[in-house]
Amino acid sequence: MKVEIKYFGMLAEITGCSTERFTVVDLKMAGLKKELLKKYPDFANTDFRMAQNKELVTDTTLLTGKEIAVLPPFAGG
Amino acid sequence: MEKKYKNTFKQGAIPSEFIANAIAKHQSKKDIGAHNIFLGQVRADEVDGKIVSAIEYTAYEEMANQKFHEVREATFEKYNLSCMHVYHSLGTVETGEICLFVFVSSPRRKEVFEALEYVVEKIKSEVPVFGKEIFEDESHQWKVNS
Repeated sequence: MKVEIKYFGMLAEITGCSTERFTVVDLKMAGLKKELLKKYPDFANTDFRMAQNKELVTDTTLLTGKEIAVLPPFAGG
Repeated sequence: MEKKYKNTFKQGAIPSEFIANAIAKHQSKKDIGAHNIFLGQVRADEVDGKIVSAIEYTAYEEMANQKFHEVREATFEKYNLSCMHVYHSLGTVETGEICLFVFVSSPRRKEVFEALEYVVEKIKSEVPVFGKEIFEDESHQWKVNS
């Protein structure tokens, strides 16, 4: 499945882009995370979380192809 | 169609005149007996001998506005508030300037003391806002909420 991924903050700094298309075979979030870490090993230095359709998700969440985002730690306020 | 949430963000620092006007606007609401206000201010932290001069805020805006809405709903559910207003900065906010303005009002004081803390803590932990701390020498590091 093809998914579009959004990157924010320090993660967008690592990738050098704010969105990217990814082809994933494993349809669990954990699989996508593994792919991301393979492409961007520096992600491992940050406490990043994944969101799908604007909600935080866990490793076992199934990919639906809806808006996926990789979020660095929050710093609001 | 996807639901559009109210935009909570303001470009740059939140001016004190804006805060004063927000207070003034509530004078016509005579059921209110207590306001409580939180102002987040950018701090000149020192890291390895370098001083923070500004924070540049970015956000996953669509998700953030949705989360601000959810925080608002949860707060009204939990506390007896007359009204509530939240504004957060995007872009550059210099040290000493205001980046977050939360304003809660209720007929009675007890509710606003508790509600304000609840709202601010929820914003800090649930809303995807990111901050780049810019040092005086123009290097930077990414802020993490503690």
